[in-house]
Amino acid sequence: MVTASFLQDPDFIRVLYIVAFGCFIFGLRLLNHPRTARRGNLIAAVGMAIAVVATLLDDVVGDYLLIAVGIAIGTAVGIPAARSVKMTAMPQMVALFNGVGGGAVALISFVEYREALEHTGGNPEIEQLIPILFAAIVGSISFWGSNIAFGKLQEVIPGRPIQLPGQQLLNIGLLVVAVGCATAIAAGTESQLLFLLILIAAAVLGNMFVLPIGGADMPVVISLLNAFTGLSAAAAGLALDNVALIVGGMLVGASGSILTNLMAEAMNRSIANIVVGGFGGVAVAAGAGDGEAKPVRSTDASDVAIQLAYASKVVVAPGYGMAVAQAQHTVRELADELEKRGVRVDYAIHPVAGRMPGHMNVLLAEADVPYDHLKEMDEINPEFPQTDVALVIGANDVTNPAAREQSDSPIYGMPILDVDKAGQVIVLKRSMNTGFAGIDNPLFYNENTALLFGDAKESVAAVLTEVKEL
Amino acid sequence: MDLLTELTILVLAAFVGFEVISKVPNTLHTPLMSATNAIHGIVLLGGLLLIGEATGALDEFLLVIAIAFGTINVVGGFLVTDRMLEMFRKRD
Repeated sequence: MVTASFLQDPDFIRVLYIVAFGCFIFGLRLLNHPRTARRGNLIAAVGMAIAVVATLLDDVVGDYLLIAVGIAIGTAVGIPAARSVKMTAMPQMVALFNGVGGGAVALISFVEYREALEHTGGNPEIEQLIPILFAAIVGSISFWGSNIAFGKLQEVIPGRPIQLPGQQLLNIGLLVVAVGCATAIAAGTESQLLFLLILIAAAVLGNMFVLPIGGADMPVVISLLNAFTGLSAAAAGLALDNVALIVGGMLVGASGSILTNLMAEAMNRSIANIVVGGFGGVAVAAGAGDGEAKPVRSTDASDVAIQLAYASKVVVAPGYGMAVAQAQHTVRELADELEKRGVRVDYAIHPVAGRMPGHMNVLLAEADVPYDHLKEMDEINPEFPQTDVALVIGANDVTNPAAREQSDSPIYGMPILDVDKAGQVIVLKRSMNTGFAGIDNPLFYNENTALLFGDAKESVAAVLTEVKEL
Repeated sequence: MDLLTELTILVLAAFVGFEVISKVPNTLHTPLMSATNAIHGIVLLGGLLLIGEATGALDEFLLVIAIAFGTINVVGGFLVTDRMLEMFRKRD
């Protein structure tokens, strides 16, 4: 049949693969921006569908019944799992999906080894063996590591770091075993038992590698394992001489590594620190006051812009910092831009914010902020729990929850703006210096607080620019 | 395809992968991770290519599991990413 031969032409399949890569790359590009991200994901998915269909056209593919069974099982599990998972449980779901990907790589590498032994009469070529062995080790680590990550996030396993004595030594030992067995096989030892030993050593290593990592660092670890799975898929592609696997796997290996680094940076941590550290979620910044190092989370203008633009209620809590920077006009412009998008923006005016009573009212009135948007402390405080984002601009002591909670604090009992009760708190600050009263502010170390460092006016202007671009 | 051609493609793909991720806002880190996660489900193709020549029940059984795993990775991965990104849709 003419059509069948045209469809099964290897060149035609290769062309379809090229289209698929184009979709992956273009899709990833679009995923960098919130406005186009969803389309990017869809385009990448279309690319994947093209790659799968192209492969099914290949005439080495057979056993369509078994393929149908495999795909049916995968679809029957994957779709309901992805549909029903709660938004809060997303990270562990991604970990699980990453894990099965790694598991698939490990299984494929094992079968590929068995087939290679059979087809070559026990003498597979070394350039096929090396990628197979690499895929086996990394795929197995990724599968087991991801499962542990899932277990920790799902709280099946305690989320706190679990550390065994001599952990690092044990890990190195396991890696030596895996790589040693792999070298033996590559050097010509023909043994499926040795191959299984590799898979098992890598599996234990995967467990040991993730167990000591604490809950807050988990997303970074999942991203790292994601990059690992990508690399192992690329290796499997080399073994199978399949260009789609090579490109798809390597794209993920590379972009996943960059992403892992970005995520670690956003938490003020290095990847090495996370992997070796084992005391999850500790970013170090100089906490003045008691001189003790505590974790803070810093953020950037584009991220703040997204959070503000997609919120439904934002409360601005201005303080002396806004006054010194003369940022009130820029703040109003930002608020106008947000209101255009349907975000309700109110201002929380603490009676002693700034350096004189009514300081904030005066400044904001000067910037033509509508008067009914200025809320006094007693009026706004009950509204914080319904607020998506509290934007603290150069205010410190008047937002310090120590005044409510720490009876030994010098400001204990002072009425404050309860910004910490908002869904997300963004604090614009010049540095980690303490406020006027010289008291450390526990607000900065809260889980829902992110800090944007810099001059208030410049920071607000940067956020405004980003919001306009969304 | 010879090994050197494949390695050339591998290295170029790595550079494209590095370049395609630029300044990603924190909020998009998780969806982007999830989308790249779905893409490495492409390992599913490995299972498809091997199962035809696989002999013996054990190999076929392992490959069916591998195909199922790969499918979960792809289908679940893209769907879950889409659900995360739904949060960014424009309000009217």
